[in-house]
Amino acid sequence: MAAKTHRVLPGFGLALGYTLVYLSLLILLPLGGMVLKASELGFAQIIDIALGERSLAAFRVTFGASFLAAAVNAFFGLIVAWILVRYPFPGKRFVDALVDLPFALPTAVAGITLATLYAGNGWLGRFIEPLGIKVAYTPLGIVVALTFITLPFVVRTLQPVIEDIETEVEEAAASLGASRWQTFVKVIFPAIFPALLTGFALAFARAVGEYGSVIFIAGNLPLISEIVPLLIISKLEQYDVLGATALAVVMLALSFILLLAVNLLQWWSANRHKNSEPLEVAAARASGGAA
Amino acid sequence: MKSNRATQEPRWVRYGLLAVGLGFLFFFLGLPLVAVFVEALAQGVPLYVEALKEPETRSAIGLTIGIALAVLPFNIVFGVAAAWAIAKFEFRGKSVLITLIDLPFAVSPVVAGLVFILLFGAQGTFGPWLSEHEIKIIFAVPGMILATLFITFPFIARELIPLMQAQGKDEEEAAVSLGASGWQMFRRVTLPNIKWGLLYGVILANARAMGEFGAVSVVSGHIRGETNTLPLHVEILYNEYNAVGAFAAASILALLALVTLVAKTVVEWRMKKETEMLNTVLAPEKT
Repeated sequence: MAAKTHRVLPGFGLALGYTLVYLSLLILLPLGGMVLKASELGFAQIIDIALGERSLAAFRVTFGASFLAAAVNAFFGLIVAWILVRYPFPGKRFVDALVDLPFALPTAVAGITLATLYAGNGWLGRFIEPLGIKVAYTPLGIVVALTFITLPFVVRTLQPVIEDIETEVEEAAASLGASRWQTFVKVIFPAIFPALLTGFALAFARAVGEYGSVIFIAGNLPLISEIVPLLIISKLEQYDVLGATALAVVMLALSFILLLAVNLLQWWSANRHKNSEPLEVAAARASGGAA
Repeated sequence: MKSNRATQEPRWVRYGLLAVGLGFLFFFLGLPLVAVFVEALAQGVPLYVEALKEPETRSAIGLTIGIALAVLPFNIVFGVAAAWAIAKFEFRGKSVLITLIDLPFAVSPVVAGLVFILLFGAQGTFGPWLSEHEIKIIFAVPGMILATLFITFPFIARELIPLMQAQGKDEEEAAVSLGASGWQMFRRVTLPNIKWGLLYGVILANARAMGEFGAVSVVSGHIRGETNTLPLHVEILYNEYNAVGAFAAASILALLALVTLVAKTVVEWRMKKETEMLNTVLAPEKT
């Protein structure tokens, strides 16, 4: 009540009311309806469908390829974020803007282009296939498509954190006799690790649900290169609505867990960041004892 | 030079990292982008133009723009309302609300399409009632608009919430205490403050709305000339082995992506400039 009398600005009731109604009608009720529909099956049967041979293989392919793609992006994304923040080079602003291309390019376009590039007669495929590596129409193609789609996440979460690292800390480490590699391992990497993990989790979460880019390059063979979203669609096309719903609910539960993990990570990374920011405080704590 | 040594990698490491990073971006971003246009023009310009003149391609372009135009106003109103409530007021459950707004980011596009089939499809909850009244939502444009609304739901709110939180509420409170009505305050104070952030969100939401594939694919029914957006049309042409047609349509979407990137960069630059200006104006007062 006390808070209410202090509100000077108008429109709180209207804005919050509209937000809640719109959110409920468009997002919560449809998702709730799906869960309700799935409950017709019962928990045991949903698990049964999700653990069927074809579904289980699809889950393995989806999560395995997503994990690999997120890992590839964590490694290269760290390097890209580092050079974009620290090193001068010609065309840097252009490259920086280009990093967001996967967010702007429709997934179907990415899918047909990557499939064409990596096909046996494509620009890249013709060099890779003689080496015995087949990318197009194999599970490896899924990893490539997901790597493209999720490329900006790690770079964009790391960039501001690397920008915020105070060079004084690095100078201090160097003046204390640390090599550049030691400074990176002991000072820089711990500071950026939470953000790296957040970027990884964001990329992973996005990759798990991806459909448009993957289906063109995957080959879509059941048990081998079929992803869960595609399996949901093929069940729908065979009028197995309940089966599709069961898989969708399992996907929804898993992505909800991922979303919570990302939120926790972001909270952790924000807190760590806050704790490490005032250097004087840390130094004072180190020298001033436990008091 | 000496001071640089302490905080810089040896030269060979720097060049090595530049080569690896830029090489990665070249193979994963640059090459695909170039390939779209090369493939589209592979059989020469006349065939490219011909492919774009196909009536089905043109109707797909029209539908894509139409859906984006239908979706964006809803997202704008929702984004501003949600950001206003979240950024300017304190209430219980705020962090839960923010998480729920993010929810569509975590939902697979295919699932986003499926939920509307379960509601409005032939065997869906409202299916019988809809067919009795001869209203078509699934395998028709309304369903595609709903699915796109679902997918693009968080974009604008996501941009505006942190922006409006950072701006605080002093200016609006001053306007109200000077006698401005709610609408005057919004139009004269809030809107000018958030216009670049709002535009930024609109650019991102528009790119996603026009490019959405999975969710729209589930509810569209792929009726040529009727429920075929440009991304869906790309798929059809590609599966018919019409590479030039598919890449011609894809090149339009790639151009859209490039325009999006340029617009985004320009808006980012404007926002940065404005905050810098604000900081230099406010700096003497604060010290």
